[in-house]
Amino acid sequence: MDNLTFGLTMIVIGMGGTLLVLSLFAILMNFLKMVFPFKEEKDQ
Amino acid sequence: MFEAIVNGISGLGTGFVNLHWSNLVMIAVGCLLLYLGIKKDVEPLLLVPIGFGAILINVPLADLMGDEGFLRTIYNMGIANELFPLLIFIGIGAMTDFGPLLENPKIFLLGAAGQFGIFLTIGLALIFGFSKLDAVAIGIIGACDGPTAIYVTSKYAPHLLGAVSVAAYSYMSLVPVIQPPIMKLLTSEKERTVVMEPATKPVSRSAKIVFPIAVTVVGGLIAPKGLPLIGTIMLGNLLKECAVVSRLTKASENEIANVVTLFLGISIGATMDGRIFLTPQTLLILGFGFLAICLDTVCGVLFGKLMYFLTGGKINPLIGAAGISAYPMAARVVQKEGQKYNKLNFLLMHAVGANTGGQVGSVMAAAIMLSVLHGMGII
Repeated sequence: MDNLTFGLTMIVIGMGGTLLVLSLFAILMNFLKMVFPFKEEKDQ
Repeated sequence: MFEAIVNGISGLGTGFVNLHWSNLVMIAVGCLLLYLGIKKDVEPLLLVPIGFGAILINVPLADLMGDEGFLRTIYNMGIANELFPLLIFIGIGAMTDFGPLLENPKIFLLGAAGQFGIFLTIGLALIFGFSKLDAVAIGIIGACDGPTAIYVTSKYAPHLLGAVSVAAYSYMSLVPVIQPPIMKLLTSEKERTVVMEPATKPVSRSAKIVFPIAVTVVGGLIAPKGLPLIGTIMLGNLLKECAVVSRLTKASENEIANVVTLFLGISIGATMDGRIFLTPQTLLILGFGFLAICLDTVCGVLFGKLMYFLTGGKINPLIGAAGISAYPMAARVVQKEGQKYNKLNFLLMHAVGANTGGQVGSVMAAAIMLSVLHGMGII
């Protein structure tokens, strides 16, 4: 594989993939907060 | 008898006879690292052992990195097999509070944008003629994360370990100098003075316990080659959040982290032999490392501006600069810069959220990078 193809692939998949995965984590966190809501007495 | 005496005496001072000019320069570099660590308080936990290791390896004929040298033993024990950075990561996970991030999960996106410099730098390094794996090792300096940089470099470009490690740790400590001009350049007065509302809903203990488990499983399934990095930082965090293994948590944060940091530092210093380290390539690597962190900050702040527009002005773009993994320094820089333009602005907790998002982001960026390399058949 030539360097240009490699570089562009890394840039596109690297940046896009990192953004997508962390967006997924953000959705996952919102889901966890819904499933395990904060309870005043229990969590303090 | 006389001959024996002469032969014995000739064994003394051979270090002077075999001294190369590059050894002298590297001994001076080692002293500079010691000065930065001791006098200027620049990442002393790493720069002091690295600096001393660099001095040791540049004294000729001691053979400390020979097959039976003690530095080779330590190097093989934990650098050659990537164990040391992973053990440090457990300690880092145990010291990190993901609470501010979990209270406002969209801040995760800033942690992603703060890693874009890694990939842009890989592209630039390729243009300058570095090989694919060398470019990857150079780009990972932009992760602003010592263990990640050491893990990737020791595995795929071990001949660059000294330069990459020195660049990573030195530039991390220069974040308070590098970031503010970029933050000011890319934001308007109005944007810098945005006051962000504090998070109203705290996160439950159960969510904080499930978070590291979920990230490990999901992140590992997406990017399996990065699971050692993801798994160790999340293990450390789980130890902390479950609160039932305080002895393990304390050991991870203290004894393990401290011993491994010492061995890690001295082994990295041991790779800085003058004949290998002092090349034009090393200067280029140091330059690219600086560029990677600048690009991270640029991308983080620009993404912060995008979020400012999309949220109708609720997000202060300055917190985008905290999306890099230099924790907690980048968060403190954002707090300080925010207060410069609006004394009533307390951005710290939001910046800490972005900063911890950057920690997860840097680990995931490295994991994705390694998995893509594996998919392309390069590793």
